[in-house]
Amino acid sequence: MIAQRAVEKLREQFNDVVHEVIEFREQLLVRIETSSIREVCQFLRDDEELKFDMAIDVLGADRLVPVDNPTMHGYVNDPFDRELRSKQEHIPADERFEVIYVLYSNMNNEYIRLKVRVAEEGQRVPSVVAVWKSADCAEREVYDMFGIEFEGHPDLRRIYMPEYFEHYPLRKDFPLMGIPGSLPLPDKQ
Amino acid sequence: MGLEKAMGDSFVITKLNEAIRWCQKNSIWPQPMGISCCAIEMMAFASPRFDVSRFGSEVFRFSPRQADLMIVAGTTTYKMAHVVRKIYDQMPDPKWVIAMGVCTSSGGMYRTYSVVQGIDQFIPVDVYVGGCPPRPDNLINALMMIQKKIQQQGSQEHHQAQPIYIDQPANISV
Ligand code: SF4
Repeated sequence: MIAQRAVEKLREQFNDVVHEVIEFREQLLVRIETSSIREVCQFLRDDEELKFDMAIDVLGADRLVPVDNPTMHGYVNDPFDRELRSKQEHIPADERFEVIYVLYSNMNNEYIRLKVRVAEEGQRVPSVVAVWKSADCAEREVYDMFGIEFEGHPDLRRIYMPEYFEHYPLRKDFPLMGIPGSLPLPDKQ
Repeated sequence: MGLEKAMGDSFVITKLNEAIRWCQKNSIWPQPMGISCCAIEMMAFASPRFDVSRFGSEVFRFSPRQADLMIVAGTTTYKMAHVVRKIYDQMPDPKWVIAMGVCTSSGGMYRTYSVVQGIDQFIPVDVYVGGCPPRPDNLINALMMIQKKIQQQGSQEHHQAQPIYIDQPANISV
């Protein structure tokens, strides 16, 4: 299995970048240190044996879990309340988001998935656009939906939502029906 | 036209208004605002199987300046709403609007932040057609309702009139 070999090679090549290896139904998922994701990707692409030459997708995930029984603490409506979350923390704030990279090797006909964890605020992920051009739109989508910023992306703008929109809709604490007034409609004369 | 033969030397008297309405209702040119999957059924509606040219509406105009009827067929997002409105504004009066499908009429199953919950929030709608997607017969039914509307009310005061809701399948044999 070439993905297994990739993990071995990563362990040889880099110090302390592989935090975790998860196997599910013979699919490998490797958690990588956030700051070195670019070098890792470059290595996986250029290595003669591995040749992961295609980025199928770059995804985001919000790991936020609603706190248990918010009414108990006197907060009626907001299960994502910050203060409350800090009291009964499920997910530490510096590991709230995840960015997942699905890579494919045409030569070996095999996939590997990488992921990195991102803090709620202030942390930027190195962009892999310089490695695979196809990551461009995918990273913009992650930025649009989760507000995760990519360091070194050539054109980090919103891709789906209008540019004046101020929220990040796939975050767990964004209400399903949106925030009234945040997306204006044309006048019905 | 053969009309001379049928009528012989006789003649017909009508009001000019009536005659104009009769012409208008049999030559409604639609502007296909096909935003998503409903547009496929709208194409079927125009194709020979259902054959909308029986109603004089076969001329689909891709320029809003030449159209009388806008068929909004598809999920309208907040971002797209501005485009729909801009195109609607470019259509010359008199003009009519069909909201085709549940997405367009009420947001349908897309109860979410990005989809407008009914296009009547930003343009006046004359006929709502339920279904996901509505069958082409149902769209023909909507077109016939617009024809009826034109015949009864003319084009002047049509925006004040009540909109029509179609949620039953049309009883048209095709
Ligand atoms: S009503 Fe159904 S078919 Fe029509 S646009 Fe919506 S989802 Fe598509």
